[in-house]
Amino acid sequence: MSGFRTKLRLRARRQAKLMRALRKSLELRARVNRTDNIRPGSILAFTTLRNELVRLPYFLDYYRAQGVGHFLMVDNASDDGTTEYLEAQKDVSLWVTGASYKASSFGVDWLNHLQWRYGAGHWTLVVDVDEFLVYPFCDTRPLHALTGWLESQGRRSFSAMLLDMYPKGPVTAQPYRSGQNPFEIARWFDACNYSVKRNMLMQNLWIQGGVRQRVFQPDTPEQAPALNKTPLVYWSRKYAYVSSTHMLLPRGLNKVYDERGGEHASGVLLHAKFLDTIIGKAREELQRGEHYAGSREYAAYDKGLQQDADLWCSYSTEYINWRQLEILGLMSKGDWA
Amino acid sequence: MTTSAPAPAPQQTAPLGVIMLCHTALHRAAQLARFWLQAGCPVIIHVDRAVSDADMRALQSDLGAHPLLQFSKRFRCEWGSWPIVAATQAAAEELLATHPGLDHVLLTSGACLPLRPADELISWLQSHKGIDFIESVAISHIPWIKGGLSEERFTLHFPFSWIRQRWLFDQSVELQRRWGIRREVPRPLQPHMGSQWWCLSRESLRAILHHPRRARYERYFKRTWIPDESYFQTLVRMVSDRIESHSLTLVKFDRNGRPNLFYDDHLQLLRRSDRFLARKIWPEAEKLYDFFLTEKVAKTPPLPAEPRKIDRYFEQAARQRQEGRAGLYMQSRFPHDPDSRTKSAGPYSVLCGFGHLYRNWEFWLTQATGLRAHGHLFAPEKVEFHGGARTYHGAISNSARLRDYNQRMFLTNLLWATRGERQCFAYSSRDNMTAELNWFMATDRNAHIAVISGGFLLPLFFGDYKVDDILGHIGWLQRREQDFINALHSKWAVANIRVWTLAEYMTEPSQNLATVLQDIVPDATLADIGAPEIRALDRLDAYIAGLRNQGLPAALLNDYI
Repeated sequence: MSGFRTKLRLRARRQAKLMRALRKSLELRARVNRTDNIRPGSILAFTTLRNELVRLPYFLDYYRAQGVGHFLMVDNASDDGTTEYLEAQKDVSLWVTGASYKASSFGVDWLNHLQWRYGAGHWTLVVDVDEFLVYPFCDTRPLHALTGWLESQGRRSFSAMLLDMYPKGPVTAQPYRSGQNPFEIARWFDACNYSVKRNMLMQNLWIQGGVRQRVFQPDTPEQAPALNKTPLVYWSRKYAYVSSTHMLLPRGLNKVYDERGGEHASGVLLHAKFLDTIIGKAREELQRGEHYAGSREYAAYDKGLQQDADLWCSYSTEYINWRQLEILGLMSKGDWA
Repeated sequence: MTTSAPAPAPQQTAPLGVIMLCHTALHRAAQLARFWLQAGCPVIIHVDRAVSDADMRALQSDLGAHPLLQFSKRFRCEWGSWPIVAATQAAAEELLATHPGLDHVLLTSGACLPLRPADELISWLQSHKGIDFIESVAISHIPWIKGGLSEERFTLHFPFSWIRQRWLFDQSVELQRRWGIRREVPRPLQPHMGSQWWCLSRESLRAILHHPRRARYERYFKRTWIPDESYFQTLVRMVSDRIESHSLTLVKFDRNGRPNLFYDDHLQLLRRSDRFLARKIWPEAEKLYDFFLTEKVAKTPPLPAEPRKIDRYFEQAARQRQEGRAGLYMQSRFPHDPDSRTKSAGPYSVLCGFGHLYRNWEFWLTQATGLRAHGHLFAPEKVEFHGGARTYHGAISNSARLRDYNQRMFLTNLLWATRGERQCFAYSSRDNMTAELNWFMATDRNAHIAVISGGFLLPLFFGDYKVDDILGHIGWLQRREQDFINALHSKWAVANIRVWTLAEYMTEPSQNLATVLQDIVPDATLADIGAPEIRALDRLDAYIAGLRNQGLPAALLNDYI
């Protein structure tokens, strides 16, 4: 009986989330809508961003090369030319808003709406401009080889844990140039210091750890950001992201892991957060206070990184390729051979 | 890559006819048809009726008219259903009628790919005239069926579609089982099964198609499940005694019984196959089509055939999906109730009390085993990694807070990050012992736990403390030690466990130490390295007696004095 009640409760929560997305969609203004060009079956990327001009060229090219067919982006009041740059891209549809990022559940409501409107019947990829998807065989097989295989296995969601990448030495030492592969600079990561717990209600795994916990939260580990993500989903109008891309409803979509000892296929989102650009970003976001938990994460960066903290340690691992991440157990091929 | 000009007609018709069953990626089918036509093989293409007329016309105009090319009557072929066989029969009849001079007929699909030049297959078949290459295994001998029913495929009725009417399908199977409904297999048929893709001699194929009881057999097979894997495979046994029971087409099935796709990165793997064709090819595997359908395949020196290598590749993937990697806890593998054999990544040693008894224990252990022995990994102040390291493999921090946030994963992470190098660490009641951790280790077959119980008392004995001050502390330590030992003595404990009381241990310390050492390094002897120095325990019995007199329970180290 209680299981049934939980189901009803989650169903209500999902519907509330969808209603909220509809309401928040009033804040979005279409700057350029090229969604008529979306072809059936093409993979769609959804992104919210603000002042990311310097990162965009590499970001767009990275996902174009993987075979993303169209980018649907929400520009939250950029003033560095991001808007104009995106407007000029033929495979981008752009919405702009000056409304509060925080009040839209950190962009989730806006994107939930765009996914509801344009994503149904497509594989959708929700990523930030500093997140780069790595999946099994990504060097030889395009993304729709993966989605085709997932479909043949009856799977509708694919997990890719966030992996924080960082440079050796102070983050300011190697400035990032527009168009550059950020992982030429942020080449290092923590390989095996992650804590995994299960969220019984939502059935997702809750992963924390990595460099952010090791360096910024050694005394408050419970506050370290969640790293579990399910960014790639075969979308339906009934679906909604609940909190960033960490959790989805219906909760069955969160069951991206095997509980009987086997391994599901999974990927990694390489996170290019720790570049020199973070200093200005941390300052700005601290003033705006538009981020999660009172932007305390940015407060920690501002404090830590100002003092030229080195995130690198002698047991940091240097990134090579997806096979390395597979062997390290950060992701898995599952039985995609 | 694709040209719309028809392939030039060769001088002579090859003695191999090809039936192609196609339903998607028709541009690839066209490419394959051209491959066979260029070699002079008559080709008949069956296009599924679900394919739109526009796509059908596009295929026809892509291929153009060719004297050796035919299209057969179209059926709607749902997976596992009879029309697949009907389509094959119709195509085969038409092909044999148009080309009576064929020696062999190959059944292939639009998603198969020849792995060798057509001439090689043709001349190989010429040297095997009259032989039927068809996997045909008696159902009593089939261990490899994936996705359920084996014998029941032949003895139950299947009026519902497995694809569209799964619920009805399952219900009807269940009902027939319960009510004991069974179909007679028409005599003298002996049910056989095998890969759908065969290469039959003309004589056998004709004999199957013109069998006097064909109508009766058809009626029967129409209501079996997946007849495309049993119709020809069963009938060929009636008409031929020159069967080589293997397919010329390589197919690797996944755990759900679907064929694995081959992608560009499988090129080197496919080159090692001993078969003539492979399926199923991902339609966008440009490199594979470009290599195997052009002169490249003939010009590249062949690799030695290693079919086992291909098997192993897919078996390894299946195993990873099924069993996963032992000791790994991550985003897509999180066993709910891990198997005691695969809870952790490798063997490790937990030593309790030794550091209190021996001088320079850690240093000695490192010397004696050649391993990097840790101190107390779960010490309350910080993680005592070997050499006092601030971080360790995998960038694991020495922060006690971080460790205690998820102790179990701290341990499994450390074991995963150092796989291949045995970990040894000290553990005692003063450490941040938790029930979860105790039980995890006690029920882990990889754990080798050696305990000198009561060892926790020694630091207090050697230290200069007033007994009054530490009485409560001693009681607390003892309770924690007892909790741990209770877990080790429980019926669920499967770790390799040795528990001595201090007194027991001290009766034969060298021998006991050798046991512990050999558990870590099997061929080590104390003679080589020498035993570490034992601290003086001279007045210990008096000390314990004193504690008891102060009110500690008599059970404390009761066998020491």
